[in-house]
Amino acid sequence: MFEGLWGYGHPLSNQFRRLEEEFDALFGAGTSLTGTRNIRSLPASTFPAVNVASTPQAIMVYVFAPGLDAKSFDISIQQNLLSIGGAREIPRDERATYYRHERFSGEFRRTISLPDDADPARVEAKYVNGILTITVGRRESAKPRQIEVR
Amino acid sequence: MATQQDLTQSEKSGTARATTQRSESAIRPPVDVFETTDGIKLIADMPGVSKEHLQLQAEGNSLTIEGKLQFDMSEQMEALYADVRSRLYRCSFVLSSELDTSHIEAILKDGVLAVRIPKRAELRPRRIEVQSG
Repeated sequence: MFEGLWGYGHPLSNQFRRLEEEFDALFGAGTSLTGTRNIRSLPASTFPAVNVASTPQAIMVYVFAPGLDAKSFDISIQQNLLSIGGAREIPRDERATYYRHERFSGEFRRTISLPDDADPARVEAKYVNGILTITVGRRESAKPRQIEVR
Repeated sequence: MATQQDLTQSEKSGTARATTQRSESAIRPPVDVFETTDGIKLIADMPGVSKEHLQLQAEGNSLTIEGKLQFDMSEQMEALYADVRSRLYRCSFVLSSELDTSHIEAILKDGVLAVRIPKRAELRPRRIEVQSG
């Protein structure tokens, strides 16, 4: 990723590329080091991870939040901001010896800004296999109007 | 000498090349690992994985867990933002010899995989009765 900065063939550019590949191997492809950041962005390792996709009819928001009760999510839309909140409790076994504790526990909230044509009246949500899928319909756009030049 | 724009282009394609050269990179799921007197419990967050797409393999003294992510997709879908950029979870662990790999139990619910690896029966702590002589 620093290649562009040093130019090809610079003796150090290969080292940086190797570093980035090792980073990916360590943290997996689920994290990103580069990429532009929206002002409301959180680090990519925030729980829960979110993906947003778009079709001409709707916007789909995928929230990767396993181990939760479907009814416990607090989903709200206001002024084109979709907010998903909740909490996950992980009971700790007092008699056990913990070697790794990487799973998130606690309260969380993620906020996504939706495009202007998102229709807050047409929102559906479902929770399957630990992914909360929120579908927000887009407003029907009027047909393009032909403008005559006189 | 490359212009500023050229540098940005080559940076983008350089990074893209690095990613496509590898076979699909897998996500290492966050895991909790703890030990009780009976054995080891491993809990992994693997949202989007259902039983049909989960694979646990115990070979020799290692345990490998792989799961394929599935979510609703439709044609004409365009990605706008992605924290998760791979569709494969993978992690593996070396198990010490006192663990009984032939009796591994696994439960998958709502994207959370709970694996129980018991210790070999003969190696569990046993109370020893003292006879009064």
